[in-house]
Amino acid sequence: MPTPDEIYEQVLSEETSKGSSPAVAQARAKAARVRAQKGAAKPATPAPEASSGDGDGAQPAAQAEAQPAAQAGAQPAAGATARPAGTATKTKPAAKPAPGNGAPATKTNGGGNGAAVPERVQRLLAVVKPESIQKVERQPMDRVNVWPHLMAAEFLALLVVMALLTFFSVAVDAPLRELANFNQTPNPSKAPWYFLGLQELLRYFHPQVAGVTIPTVIIIGLMVAPFVDRNPSTRPDDRKLAIVLFTFFVMSFAVLTIIGMFFRGPGFNFTFPWYDGIFFEL
Amino acid sequence: MARSARWNPREKLAERMSSFQNGQLWRSIFRPGSIFRKGYADSPRNRAYVVMNSLLYHLHPVKVKRHGIKLSYTLCLGGLSFFLLILLTITGIYLMFFYRPSVDLVYSDMQRLHTSVSFGLLVRNLHRWGAHLMVITVFLHMARVFYTGAYKPPREFNWIVGVILLLLTLLLAFTGYLLPWDQLAVWAVTVGTEMMKNSPVVGDQVQFALLGGPVIGPETLLRWYTLHVLFLPFIIVIFISIHFWRVRKDGGISGPL
Repeated sequence: MPTPDEIYEQVLSEETSKGSSPAVAQARAKAARVRAQKGAAKPATPAPEASSGDGDGAQPAAQAEAQPAAQAGAQPAAGATARPAGTATKTKPAAKPAPGNGAPATKTNGGGNGAAVPERVQRLLAVVKPESIQKVERQPMDRVNVWPHLMAAEFLALLVVMALLTFFSVAVDAPLRELANFNQTPNPSKAPWYFLGLQELLRYFHPQVAGVTIPTVIIIGLMVAPFVDRNPSTRPDDRKLAIVLFTFFVMSFAVLTIIGMFFRGPGFNFTFPWYDGIFFEL
Repeated sequence: MARSARWNPREKLAERMSSFQNGQLWRSIFRPGSIFRKGYADSPRNRAYVVMNSLLYHLHPVKVKRHGIKLSYTLCLGGLSFFLLILLTITGIYLMFFYRPSVDLVYSDMQRLHTSVSFGLLVRNLHRWGAHLMVITVFLHMARVFYTGAYKPPREFNWIVGVILLLLTLLLAFTGYLLPWDQLAVWAVTVGTEMMKNSPVVGDQVQFALLGGPVIGPETLLRWYTLHVLFLPFIIVIFISIHFWRVRKDGGISGPL
């Protein structure tokens, strides 16, 4: 019986002459050497009829044990005996088959023909890289724990806003003018600032257009925006039109609101705040 | 050392605390896996448990995309709007203690709030400036969502809910604007509601329903008070719940640019 190192050399030269790549040849030779070592270290499980001496002492041993197990249907003793050899030759599924299920064992053993089998697929498993047989569909994403990363940021933002708001509230008092008097219209009368854009529009359009049609169109337009904008991209470069349109509407409304706030004086007529002062309260 | 520690009051306290934390009451309050049961040592598992075994799990997933929490991406605007709503609820409840929505009483109540209620003026200021700020943050939140394209499928419906929330925010701000019952409030609301009168067909009816009469009067105050403190908050909480739920269901915070 050859020593493991001899087996290594033998398999290596065989593989090289077969034309396998050096990596594959070396891997197979190494695997054969390991099997030989394991087989030598386990004289308690000798192969009854398969001491074929072809360099793979352990392999037939595994088959000899696994074969009856597969045929007779899972004797625990047989499975247990086969396991050390099975581990070495990576035929573990074959070594402990389920009752009445001889298929895996038969498949791995190549129809139970002892000595011809060892040079088989299992050896290839050692060199196949996982990426080549697994299809990765979902790209791993860079994720962080909400606690503490997000919640710390949220808490900080909350504290900052609360502090600013408190300082502002201590410094500036909310307006409280004299008691409501329906006989005395203040001049000018202005809507709350968020409606001043609409009030400004009243100067240019019929009340029904400025007060009803335009707000309705704005609301409906906003609501249907995702259904009108069919462009799936979220990159700014791909959606210049959407960005330009939205910015245009926001800016025009902001301009109208600012005019209504600061540039409208008594009678809601145009003034300059630096001449006549500001006719506006929050 | 161990012998002297037996009389250590701190150890006694810790012992009491630990037996309390193993008792039925404590365990009934905190779910299995809660960090208040197990204590918190910084580990990936405990970081997940902080969110997973608490009410927070309704708001946040255990993990989020790293780019999503970059301050420059969301600017925290949605979260700040929600925080301002909570602040407005708390300050608003305090103001309700001292406010009677009746035309004869309301203005003197306002004056009393300014002069003789502890922190009355400060709380009113917080409520008013917070409300203006919330209108701004909700609007900016919408702008942010638009510019990052975060309204695109599958988030179309949540965008619609967001537009409704913007409208509700404006309505809450507008109904609150009348409540001080001073010249500023009454005439601003007069101007605002004059616009609704121009609605086609139902304009007068809409205005009548909102004002409780042809012009602003005592009924208007009570009506807008009820809308402001009860009806609209109730509606906005429902829509906020849907909004938050859909944020999670539609895949969390939106993708990178």
